[in-house]
Amino acid sequence: MERTTLDLWVGMFVVAGIAALVMLAMKVGNLGSYNVSETYQVHAYFSNIGGLKPKASIRSAGVLVGRVTSISLNTERYEADVVMNVDKRYPFPQDTFANILTSGLLGEQYIGLVPGGDSEMLKNGDLLKQTQSAMVLEDLIGKFMYSKAAEPAK
Amino acid sequence: MAIMSTIRAIGHGIVNAVWRIGVAARFFFLTLLYSGNSFRRFHLIIKELFSTGVMSLIIIVVAGLFVGMVLGLQGYETLKRYGSESALGVMVALGLVRELGPVMAALLFASRAGSAMTAEIGLMKATEQISAMEMMAVNPIARIVAPRFWAGVISMPLLAALFSAVGIFGGYLVGVVQIGVDEGSFWSQMQAAVDFREDIMNGVIKSLVFGTVVTLIALFEGFDAPPTAEGVSGATTRTVVTSSLAILMLDFVLTAIMFRGA
Repeated sequence: MERTTLDLWVGMFVVAGIAALVMLAMKVGNLGSYNVSETYQVHAYFSNIGGLKPKASIRSAGVLVGRVTSISLNTERYEADVVMNVDKRYPFPQDTFANILTSGLLGEQYIGLVPGGDSEMLKNGDLLKQTQSAMVLEDLIGKFMYSKAAEPAK
Repeated sequence: MAIMSTIRAIGHGIVNAVWRIGVAARFFFLTLLYSGNSFRRFHLIIKELFSTGVMSLIIIVVAGLFVGMVLGLQGYETLKRYGSESALGVMVALGLVRELGPVMAALLFASRAGSAMTAEIGLMKATEQISAMEMMAVNPIARIVAPRFWAGVISMPLLAALFSAVGIFGGYLVGVVQIGVDEGSFWSQMQAAVDFREDIMNGVIKSLVFGTVVTLIALFEGFDAPPTAEGVSGATTRTVVTSSLAILMLDFVLTAIMFRGA
């Protein structure tokens, strides 16, 4: 088949379009980070998750180590069951502490992992027993008001 | 009597519109039916890809760059009030990938390539080239319409992706290089917020739908144009108007379906 300059231009157009899509996927989207590495799954119960959503980040010492995969309500305990995938490169001790934290004043909520001192490491499917729920603004204000009311009048 | 004729005119207009929709649907069906041939003769599609896709590149790239730069500038002014300039990347990227990329690229495509298609086919009809083809037992839908249709459907998502990518680069130029937003947070917050399947793939689906609709409208108007100079010019105008309205309405419908749950 004859090759013409027309084919070259069309080829360049298609390549440029696909390159733009790949660039969007890798540089702009989240495909480049975090789907390739192997993960292990752990879960934890929180009495209140606040505004935590699936795909929220899991950080330890500020470093991204995983993502929340699913959130559901466990009707035996009436607590939120949060399943998370953690990168295999980062093993955590059995007594790791999971907190729901907020980045910035009004920012996204994420899970912070604080490692404990156990020599046993977490395995796939393990439960994080020590958790701290999200700060809910109404609760904080409520506590503050009760403590004010409890103070003796001066 | 004036009332009667007004009512008659309205009724005639509505019946005519429904009639045209029916003919357009049959036209779409015939195009799909005869596209097998045009895939076997792929050089026809390549030729049309050149005139619809490659020739639209410059307008898409320039428009994308400026839209991205404006987004960066306006977004910065608004986000600065809330002290969250670092979210500029998120705003620019989501705005472009979800909405502006597919919609603006489709609008430009309709006025750049769609109008050309209508004028070309309308003129072919006016100069009786289409009748000549039928005379030679060449199916004009398989030979003229189907290659143009597939060229439009293929090039639209590519053009929209290019528009978004160049636009994000424009936002980066204004936000990071000129104003001085932190580069790390610009990209990292963008990557954290933009989801490949939810945002980028939905944008691609949108542009595929727009590409199909715009090319179909352009081809149908060309094929349906009265074979006179006036008829061709009217058909070209109708192509741009109808496809722009169709893009904007469909965009609302698609957005309502795709992003409501989020």
